Amino acid sequence: MKFTTPLLALLIAAAGAGPGRAEVDVAAASTDGVRHFNAEDIPTYVINEDGAVDWPTFSGFRRYHAECHVCHGPDGEGSTYAPALKNSAIKMDYYDFVGIVASGKQEVSSASNQVMPAFATNPNVMCYLDDIYTYLRARGTEAIPRGRPAKRMDKSDEYAAAEKACMEGS
Amino acid sequence: MKRSMLGLLAALLVSTAAPALANDSVKALQADSKQWAQQLGNYAGQRYSELNAINKDNVGKMQVAWTFSTGVLRGHEGSPLVIGGIMYVHTPFPNMVYALNLADEGKIMWRYVPEQNADVIGVMCCDTVYRGLAYADDTIYLHQADTKLVALDAKTGAEKWSVVNGDPSKGETNTATVTIVNDKVLVGISGGEYGVRGHLTAYNTKDGSLAWRAYSTGPDAEMLVDPENTMVLGKPIGKDSSLNSWEGDQWQIGGGTTWGWSTYDADLNLIYYGTGNPSTWNPSQRPGDNKWSMTIMARDADTGMAKWFYQKTPHDEWDFDGVNENILADIEIDGQMRKVLVNFDRNGFGYTLDRVTGELLVAEKFDPQVNWATHVEMDKTSDQYGRPQVVAEYSTAQNGEDTNTTGICPAALGSKDQQPAAFSPKTNLFYVPTNHVCMDYEPFRVSYAAGQPYVGATLSMFPAPNSHGGMGNFIAWDAAKGEIKWSLPEQFSVWSGALATAGDIVFYGTLEGYLKAVDSETGKELYKFKTPSGIIGNVFTYENAGKQYVGVLSGIGGWAGIGLAAGLTNPNDGLGAVGGYAALSDYTALGGQLTVFKLPE
Repeated sequence: MKFTTPLLALLIAAAGAGPGRAEVDVAAASTDGVRHFNAEDIPTYVINEDGAVDWPTFSGFRRYHAECHVCHGPDGEGSTYAPALKNSAIKMDYYDFVGIVASGKQEVSSASNQVMPAFATNPNVMCYLDDIYTYLRARGTEAIPRGRPAKRMDKSDEYAAAEKACMEGS
Repeated sequence: MKRSMLGLLAALLVSTAAPALANDSVKALQADSKQWAQQLGNYAGQRYSELNAINKDNVGKMQVAWTFSTGVLRGHEGSPLVIGGIMYVHTPFPNMVYALNLADEGKIMWRYVPEQNADVIGVMCCDTVYRGLAYADDTIYLHQADTKLVALDAKTGAEKWSVVNGDPSKGETNTATVTIVNDKVLVGISGGEYGVRGHLTAYNTKDGSLAWRAYSTGPDAEMLVDPENTMVLGKPIGKDSSLNSWEGDQWQIGGGTTWGWSTYDADLNLIYYGTGNPSTWNPSQRPGDNKWSMTIMARDADTGMAKWFYQKTPHDEWDFDGVNENILADIEIDGQMRKVLVNFDRNGFGYTLDRVTGELLVAEKFDPQVNWATHVEMDKTSDQYGRPQVVAEYSTAQNGEDTNTTGICPAALGSKDQQPAAFSPKTNLFYVPTNHVCMDYEPFRVSYAAGQPYVGATLSMFPAPNSHGGMGNFIAWDAAKGEIKWSLPEQFSVWSGALATAGDIVFYGTLEGYLKAVDSETGKELYKFKTPSGIIGNVFTYENAGKQYVGVLSGIGGWAGIGLAAGLTNPNDGLGAVGGYAALSDYTALGGQLTVFKLPE
């Protein structure tokens, strides 16, 4: 299996084939106790030696399948009309991703009736947006297979406090 | 005929206009099988045609007569109407209407293009489908995605009047057709995933003014319920039946939307329809029976007053919306002819009720894989009478929030969704397009925000285990006995409405795009043809210039197009099986097209 690693890197690079984007940086460089971040402070997933995903990424799996799935299909795979978000989360800049979720997106013409609503006022989406993002990044890099992650780490106290503050918050 | 005399008298009292009622024109049309004047074929919802020129001996030679592109992608549900040599074709959002002149090779006589704010697309759960137009008295009724109801002159397409039924900024949208009964247009509403409070609303055909509105939940007066005279399984419903079944004022965002089909019995002057799931999908957040979500409702067509209710799935824990069509038929049960209503619910039970009284006669599983309940209690002396007996292992409420309940059959899309079944009075069988899909379901806590999704559960779906591996069946059902007569396995869910004809054949479409014809006695396949896109539309038939035609809309989409596009995986199968199931995207792509068939010259 010695070709696996370079082949995978090549595929990921191709998936994120924007100019100047050599590969996807999903390596965890820091944590604030709630979740992990890469070297550029973009949220990322971690998978431990037992194959368990971090709690926020698992939470992202659940929230994706409650909030996004009814248009974008199961497992970030896309539907007949809505794009596969596992690819969007790789191709798209994090801040653009957040902006589209918050503000929505419309492509309406004689040929297209694509409308994504704005979720900025929806706590069930906005409080879990980074969770959904890292879940989709994990799907997009094939770090986790389709379906429910088989193993997960526990929810940290910091995560629970941040979640409570966001859902009940100011 | 006392009742119809009274109806006539009432009509005369409220109106000085001529006593001819709008549905007189509909009744005349449904008696003429050359026309296809209602989405469900007739008021009884039977989707049956007396036309028999195309029959089981010659259907194998059927070929394409002509085609028509709708100019719209996305999911195409419902069917065109054919009235007096004109075919009326609808589309998904933006809900265009075409009138095609069948005497002039389908030339477009007029078209109507509504102006709608595209924001509504974003709040439509599960694609921008629309289940078609309705007709009465030279008027076409269009009910747009944004809940605007428009009356159009059937000859010219000119707008007669319009009225707005809901508010898309709160998640209120429309996907359903309307039903015209007497001098009223009956209109439902969608948005159960947005906490919308469901209702059925009647507008006067004359000018679109509001006649009455009956909510699915809330105070008796707003539900048009009479505590003493509205019946539930033979007993008066009692005071505050809905309010008592919710915690606090949760009924206000409690769902029970009305996006399915309505049927009508003119002799009884009763309309029948169903209500959808309670909101949210997290059952722990809404204790109680959540009445009257998940309910078959029988109401007086003129006043809206409830005659009887039957709640199929009290305190839903699986999103088994109760909106599927209630087909009216007169069949023999235990040696007695009965006026029945037959309903194939999302929850997997096929119900036969006395449609006069609401008495429950039969409740049996129409897919043997259904496992969330052992049975529906039929013992009238039991305090559980009429209730499904839930299996603890598959109860997402008993297992609780944040617990993944696995292996529930059927999945949330139900053993059958909106795709209407057919009934043949020749065979006395019901022909039912079904889903054969199971799920894992994990509820969790959500907050309500107006106009935003209010779901509160995550789910994974997979083909029914230990079966044929496919995700659908097309079955023939004996509603007197509650038994499957035959069952045809299908690779994908069957999401197309069936049509039965006096030619001893039954038609249906498949998600790959096949139109199929099978023998109505045996289920033997007699014909298939692959249309340009997957079929979630309903098959219809008509006669023009002495020839019988059969048609269907293609255009993949809807809930099926979302869930099955990439194929399903079974998380319980282990890693090796991932990708082992068929993906719809390997078979078909978007496209909106009508295909019309005939026999060769």
